[in-house]
Amino acid sequence: MNAIELKGLTYKYSLGTPFESVAVDNVNLQIEKGEFCGIIGHTGSGKSTLIQHLNGLLKPTSGEVIIDGQNIWAKGVDIRSIRFKVGLVFQYSEHQLFEETVYKDIAYGPKNMGCSEEDIDRRVRQAAENMGIKDELLERSPFDLSGGQKRRVALAGVIAMDPEILILDEPAAGLDPIGREKVLKKISDYHKKYGKTILLVSHSMEDIVKYADKVLVMNKGRLFCHEDTDNVFARQDEIIKIGLDVPQITKIMMGLREKGVDLGKDIYTVERAKERILRYMDKGTIC
Amino acid sequence: MLKDITIGQFFPGNSIIHRLDSRFKILLDIAYVVMLFIAGNYCSLLTAGVFMLIVYMLSGISFKLIFKSLKPLLPIIIFTCILNLFFIHGEGEPLVQLGFITIYMEGITTSVFMTVRIVFLIVGMSLLTYTTSPIALTDAIERLLSPLKKLHFPVHELAMMMTIALRFIPTLIEETDKIMSAQKARGANLDTGGLIKKAKALIPVLIPLFVSAFKRANELALAMECRCYKGGEGRTRMKQLKFGMRDIIAVLIMAAMIALIVLMNIYVVIPGV
Amino acid sequence: MEERQIIKTEDLIFDYTVFDENGDETGKSRVLSDINLSIKEGSFVAVLGHNGSGKSTLAKHFNGILIPSSGKVLVDGIDTSDESRIYDIRQTVGMVFQNPDNQIVATIVEEDVAFALENLGVPPDEIRRRVDKALKTVDMYDYKDHAPHQLSGGQKQRVAIAGIIAMRPRCIVMDEPTAMLDPKGRKEIMATIKMLNKEHGITVVLITHYMEEAAKADRVVVIDKGKILLDDVPKKIFSQIELLKSVGLDVPQATELMYELRKSGIDVPDDIIDEEECVQVLYDILKSKE
Repeated sequence: MNAIELKGLTYKYSLGTPFESVAVDNVNLQIEKGEFCGIIGHTGSGKSTLIQHLNGLLKPTSGEVIIDGQNIWAKGVDIRSIRFKVGLVFQYSEHQLFEETVYKDIAYGPKNMGCSEEDIDRRVRQAAENMGIKDELLERSPFDLSGGQKRRVALAGVIAMDPEILILDEPAAGLDPIGREKVLKKISDYHKKYGKTILLVSHSMEDIVKYADKVLVMNKGRLFCHEDTDNVFARQDEIIKIGLDVPQITKIMMGLREKGVDLGKDIYTVERAKERILRYMDKGTIC
Repeated sequence: MLKDITIGQFFPGNSIIHRLDSRFKILLDIAYVVMLFIAGNYCSLLTAGVFMLIVYMLSGISFKLIFKSLKPLLPIIIFTCILNLFFIHGEGEPLVQLGFITIYMEGITTSVFMTVRIVFLIVGMSLLTYTTSPIALTDAIERLLSPLKKLHFPVHELAMMMTIALRFIPTLIEETDKIMSAQKARGANLDTGGLIKKAKALIPVLIPLFVSAFKRANELALAMECRCYKGGEGRTRMKQLKFGMRDIIAVLIMAAMIALIVLMNIYVVIPGV
Repeated sequence: MEERQIIKTEDLIFDYTVFDENGDETGKSRVLSDINLSIKEGSFVAVLGHNGSGKSTLAKHFNGILIPSSGKVLVDGIDTSDESRIYDIRQTVGMVFQNPDNQIVATIVEEDVAFALENLGVPPDEIRRRVDKALKTVDMYDYKDHAPHQLSGGQKQRVAIAGIIAMRPRCIVMDEPTAMLDPKGRKEIMATIKMLNKEHGITVVLITHYMEEAAKADRVVVIDKGKILLDDVPKKIFSQIELLKSVGLDVPQATELMYELRKSGIDVPDDIIDEEECVQVLYDILKSKE
């Protein structure tokens, strides 16, 4: 069963003016339920525009967006109900915090859904726990927290709506290594615990390959590929050609291959590189 | 979308009107307003109007924009028109008498005259903002007001604030857009409901916007300090406003026009006006 | 001959005063303690530390934005607590911040680059020359008439850098200049920084938490809990993987791979930080096994 299906999705900015430009160009795509999909592409590749279609913030110029088997722009569909089903967390999401307390801020989404008080309370506490926000922080002002904490509160605010699909735009941007690791780990744990569909947009290939099962690459408004993580790097030369970075370890393996030592095209983590090197040293081959 | 809004009405160009010194442009615009009010009869008023249209043509600004500049002020124009129509009483018999409404011939002529004058006024004033960049305007205002510095009027500070406002408007609009999208994604309902409900729904947008604006202000102040900002004292400017031959010619033309209008007021007599 | 120290801190201590809800002083919190650091003119020094380590607070001492609670900071021999020399200090040590949007003042690129020079009362012709030169240096001359909001993050940050180098500072302190940029913008800024240091001889102090960036410096200072933890050349710094990880920092993957291999009993050097070196080392050991 597909969680998301896109049929010929096209979006043009400033339609009908001399500044008209195509941001997303005829994208056809299926994302399975429970998939953890990483999205990469450089600035202006259309990835941000693409994800804003998935919860109906943008309406396609042409094409269809089908969530859970339902065309979201069909007659009679309440677009707000789609937004509760597809949670979208923007870049620098801490900028959306506005309430007096962390608790109230996380409760904003569930409140908009019309949940009962008890239900809201349950959702807030659960979301906070899933994002590693301790109970004593709930009564604090969100503006007093550290950068990493604020980010996780903003994430909890979306998770509290209990969406079927969670889309995250650069959830770790601007954080230091500890903050990064913590946010991404919490997202990964959440995925494992509830099996929800997750789309993670990131500039960091290292982060994506660490957590995602599949990788979706956008280039110049078009879908470049959507494949299993292991297979994506088989196309590493093409990926570098369109201006995207591959992990340093992958570059090292490419350097070795050029010199005539091929350890495989599916190496993107230090662990795997180590394993292959040891095997090669043992047997003189990777097989 | 919010970011499609254009701020200011500047249309960059390289016409002779664009290239006039912005200080002179402001002064000439004031002279033009004075001229319109001096013009006492149709002949002089229409002369002023033709003059304005010639200037428009010289600037290369599309005539369509004349209507665009009038549109938001349409209620004021209509109001002036009606006010004059009904409240000017003339000698002799009224043309129309319907209950308390009386319209005299003088009412009609004055009404048309005043309306034409206001239209010319608005169109002429908007030409200033169409052909002068906001930064040049700010600059010109600072310099024109500089004699007020002696009276301890904070001229430089005012101009600096205008510059910073102009600089940050696009940034804040973009930011508002982002925050609105983020809150919509959390189910905020920003478009429907009554006025109070709508105002309440805006709180989740306004608070983050203020928080961010204060943060920006703080960082900007720091960055300005690091670049040795110490107020207007002892400051120089990279771009010197220099008036040249064309500015002098423009002033002479304007003076000639005003003289012409004054003469027309005296010597051209149209019966009935 | 003694080397010139552009920035020198002597027993620098900085405390934040903590206030309660009524605005009464309730105590002090130490942000920096006993920092003794000398930065040689012409060098490229990275200050590495996680958020809250005190690295940004330290940076703000380098041009007199903050004054030490005790101890001294000397900029080209001038004590930063000497208020009468503050503009000399700020001209000697320029500062670039994280968010490029919040440091551009004017609505036109070239006007912004001119801002500092106008403040300093430089004659107009001279401003024009220096602005054009600064814009060419950061390769933004073609955008001189653009409005800042039409530019990408990396371009905006380069405009901000141009606004600083127009003052002709001898040192630039960059406080996480790439943290808000995409990979392309980050590369542009790193290339600009290297060029300023190598070709123009400007001293660069780069505050960062990206180890790839720190690896490009001549010297890395690691700050943790307001103290200097390590201070050495990058190779020596990154070889201390366990210590770095314990203070919340990463190492380049190349270094980590070497570390892992060494743990498995393979004899590889511990001071590899870049790709080419790593490829060569791996090639040598793998070839020897064939």
